[in-house]
This record gives sequence, structure tokens and C-alpha cells, in this order.
Amino acid sequence: MSQVPVELRYAKTHEWARLLPDGSVEVGITEHAQAALGDLVFVEVPETGRVLAAGEGCAVVESVKAASDVYSPIAGTVIAVNLALAAAPELVNQDCYGRGWMLRLQPASPAALAGLLDAEAYGGQLAATGG
Amino acid sequence: MPFIPHTEEDVRLMLAAIGAPSIEALFDEIPAGLRVQGLAGIPPGLSEMEIGRLMSERARQDGQPLSFLGGGAYEHHIPAAVWAIATRGEFYSAYTPYQAEASQGTLQLIHEYQTMISSLTGLEVSNASLYDGGSAVAEAALMAVRAHRRSNSQRVLLPTTVNPRYRQVARNTAGGQGLRFETIPCLSDTGSIDPAALAAYAGEDIAAVVIQQPNFFGRLEDVDALTDQAHALGMMVIAVVNPTSLALLKPPGEWGTRGADICVGEGQPLGVPLSSGGPYFGFMTTRMAHVRSMPGRIVGRTVDLEGRTGYTLTLQAREQHIRRGKATSNICTNQGLLMTAATLYMTLLGPTGLARVAEASMTRTAQLVAALSTLQGVRPAFAGAHFHEAVLRIDRPVAGVLRALEAEGILGGLDLAADYPELGHALLVCATETKTDADIERYAAALGRALEALRAA
Repeated sequence: MSQVPVELRYAKTHEWARLLPDGSVEVGITEHAQAALGDLVFVEVPETGRVLAAGEGCAVVESVKAASDVYSPIAGTVIAVNLALAAAPELVNQDCYGRGWMLRLQPASPAALAGLLDAEAYGGQLAATGG
Repeated sequence: MPFIPHTEEDVRLMLAAIGAPSIEALFDEIPAGLRVQGLAGIPPGLSEMEIGRLMSERARQDGQPLSFLGGGAYEHHIPAAVWAIATRGEFYSAYTPYQAEASQGTLQLIHEYQTMISSLTGLEVSNASLYDGGSAVAEAALMAVRAHRRSNSQRVLLPTTVNPRYRQVARNTAGGQGLRFETIPCLSDTGSIDPAALAAYAGEDIAAVVIQQPNFFGRLEDVDALTDQAHALGMMVIAVVNPTSLALLKPPGEWGTRGADICVGEGQPLGVPLSSGGPYFGFMTTRMAHVRSMPGRIVGRTVDLEGRTGYTLTLQAREQHIRRGKATSNICTNQGLLMTAATLYMTLLGPTGLARVAEASMTRTAQLVAALSTLQGVRPAFAGAHFHEAVLRIDRPVAGVLRALEAEGILGGLDLAADYPELGHALLVCATETKTDADIERYAAALGRALEALRAA
């Protein structure tokens, strides 16, 4: 069973969202997602200032065997991206919930996280699909 | 024997395993209205003897005219060793090798091709080649729209000085994927891009501009100024170049302050015969920053477990078999055989040899233009520097002139009436290192006679 921190919210497509004290939201991919992809060789993050709809492709992760889109779990504007990933994509494999974060969003709505799964629901989804 | 590896028994067993009554039944989900009912206009098959005879007859129709025709495909001397080596069994395939363990020779050759094309164009990374010059322009436009980090625009500027066939192919290929191509005009006295034309787009969101050097009229554009201006306006720059010319001209990677972002072109001048229009190959290079947006195959050099040098396809996550619908292109192979010939051609000529070809072609074209311009009713259309092509204005319709020359065994050039009616009676002529003083004198004499006859008529 993958690690699923209780303080985060999750999208069905295996992204996590963390509400920061200033009201912004940090986004990355889950332990399950990084394990399924394998060793990452490239992460493409968006430009800051880009306005994203919930579910819109916002980043690309490429491993030695696959390339996948990362979907924004909520609607919002990109206010920061993790530039360290350009030189060190392996941070996502090593520490997906910490140093492997991908972008920070200013949510379009304060209640944006309400529509996401909590750790229990996401964990249930993983269990049901054999993750 | 048909080249199908499955026996009837294999097919029967496979159909039985999946419970399908016939191969035809596998296509049932395609609506009948979308399926072709027989191939109308396709005659029955011919035997090897019959097809051999038919093709000899067709080849005789081409004859062996003295050609001054350019416009995108160029007659150059090809050292005999090029095709003697390219057609060896070890190289004789149109396809990119997937199996690194069984294809080291071909992969090394592609890697060397990429290295030479990168060096020639002054950009960091090359793919393993594309179909031809026109499709390479289309792919470059799609790539620019994909790679542009600060713009979601699908607008691409295509000056009228870009080869009209390339513009058509770009519109056909990329237009259907949402790209919008906008024409920008050239100056009627110089035949080069109007420098004010780009400035008119200030404040608008344009993904890229295409700049052909030398342009379709053989004229040299002010690529440094245009590149800097385009970059200042937030556009990416797509260079379209003749590879032979790069032995003398500044490589696109050095245009202006930052250099062009993507470079493409027709590879035919590098060892590929004219061959009635093809097959040719396209080339494409770019900066490392854009490599993941690049279409086509890329071969990389690496080391194996024992530290020995080896070659393999790399960055494949851009391609269809991994990226599916979001792949950088639907072209996932290269023009292997033609790229092989080009690598051999470049190797045999070397930088000095290629520069000699370029210089001789430029000299012969200047000589041709000077000789023809002494005739009554013939004058150069554009002032300024030319590479190995030039436009002549003639005081009679070009089609009739070309017919008269053809009767004397001369292909006199390309009639620009259909693509550039605004130029009047305009003829694009070209001379490469293959033309001699006698050839040029023969052309001038024949053109003089043709014009005299047309004036008398």
C-alpha cells in the first residue's frame, strides 16, 4: 500500500494538493503515481502566470518507459513552479510529497479543495484498483 | 510468393482464438460509408517483365535534357562512391532500426548524420531526418507552436519568399491541426522580405515566423535583422535553408543575437539524385531546450555495461508508441536510405569540398544571369546578392519560351506565372557546378532564337 499522507487532498488522477498557510495550494504527484512511472528523467512544469482549469494538463512527467500528463487538481493561477526539477527530476521519485512538489496555485475559489478526495477515499481507490 | 509471414493455418488459429469469423469481420466497427468499395481507376497488376518495359518507356520520355531548373531540387555531381556504398545490403533499408543490438552500424551512421547536420546548421540537436523539405516546414511550424513557452498562439507567419510548395504542404498538414498561416509580402524591387512587415505585428501574439535563406528567388534575406526583430516581438524563428549554401553562409544557429530556434530544409542537394521528383529527405535541427518538442527519431551515443561506446534510439517518450495522441508527430520513422547517401556525400566532400560546390554554383549562376541578360527583352528581376538561383523578367510569356527551349533539349527553368502572377513574365533559373561554359552559351543561344521566333510570330 502506497503512502497517502492524511493532511493532503487527492485527485482521482493521482495528483495531491496541499493547502498552505497563505491560502495558496501546492501540487505534486502521489507515491503511487511516481512508483508506477518508474525513474523520472524529465519533468516539464508550466510558466508562472498560467491560468488552469480543474483537470487541465499542467505538467508532463517522463520516465524511461512512459510519458504522462499531470492534471491540475483545482482551478487557479500558477504562482510558482519547482525549478529544481529541471536538473533533478529524481526528486519526484525520492520525495514526491516534499521536495518533489511541482507547482503552486492561487485557487480560483477558496473552497476549491472541497471537491477533492481525502486520504481515506484516495486510499480506498488505490485498494480497489490493486494499488 | 507474397511477403506475408502468416500461413492460412496461422490466420485460422488466430481468428479462432479471438472468436472472429474472418479478417474482414474485424473491420465491422468502421461504418460502411467510410470504407472504400474497391479501388476505382487502379488497373490490374502487371508482371515483372511488363512493368520493366513500361518503366523503360516512361524513363525515355524524360530524356536527358540540359537542366537549368531549380526551385527546390538541385542537380549536383554525386561521387560514384555515394550510392555504391549506400546500396550495400547492410544499409539498404528505408527504415530506422529499432533493435540496437542488431543495428549498431546503421545507428552509428545516423548519429554521424545528426552530428554533421547539427554542425552545418549551427544548432545543438538534429533528428534522424524527415520526409522532405515541405513536410519538414510543416513539422517545424507544429513544433514551434508546441514549444513556445510564453504563447498559446497558433499563428505562424509565412513570407511569400518561402517556396510555394512548402507553403502548400504546411497549410495542408498543419492547417488541419488548427495552425493559422499568415502571408507576409516581399519587396517588388529586391525580392526579399519587407523589413517593415514584421513590425506590423507588434503587440500581436504570433508563435513563429518562417525565414527561407536563400529565399525562393535565390536572394539573400537580412536574416540577422529579421531574427532579432522576430525575437523582440516574441516570435520563434524557423529557418529554412539549402544545406549546400551553409558551406558559405552563416548557419541559422548564428542568425542575429540569439540564432534561429528551429532549422529545417530539403536534404536532396546532399547526394540525392533528382529522380523525377523524389524520394528526397527533410532535415531538422534545434536547441537542446526544445528537444522534447522535436518530431522524428533521434539516435544517441552512450556506453554499454562494459563501458564500450554504443548507439541507440533515444528520447523516445516523444513518439507515438509511448505518447500516443500527444506524440510530437505522426512521423515515427526517417528517410533512412537517403539520409545514408547524404552522410556519405558530406563525408566524401568534407567542409572544403562542399564550399567548392557552393562557390562553383554561385559563380555559374552569376555567369548564366549575365549571359542571358545581354539578350534583348531579358533582365534580372531583383537587385542584390543571390545564391545559385535568380529570377529573370522576359518580355514574352514564359510558358511559350520554355516550350521552345524544350524542343532544343533544354529545361530552361521554372515559370513563376502561377505562383507569382504579380511578377509578370518571370522565370526562375539555376546553374550548379554541373554546368560548363559551353552549356551556358548553348542556353543563351537557344533563348535568343526562341525570343526572336516569338517576336516574329
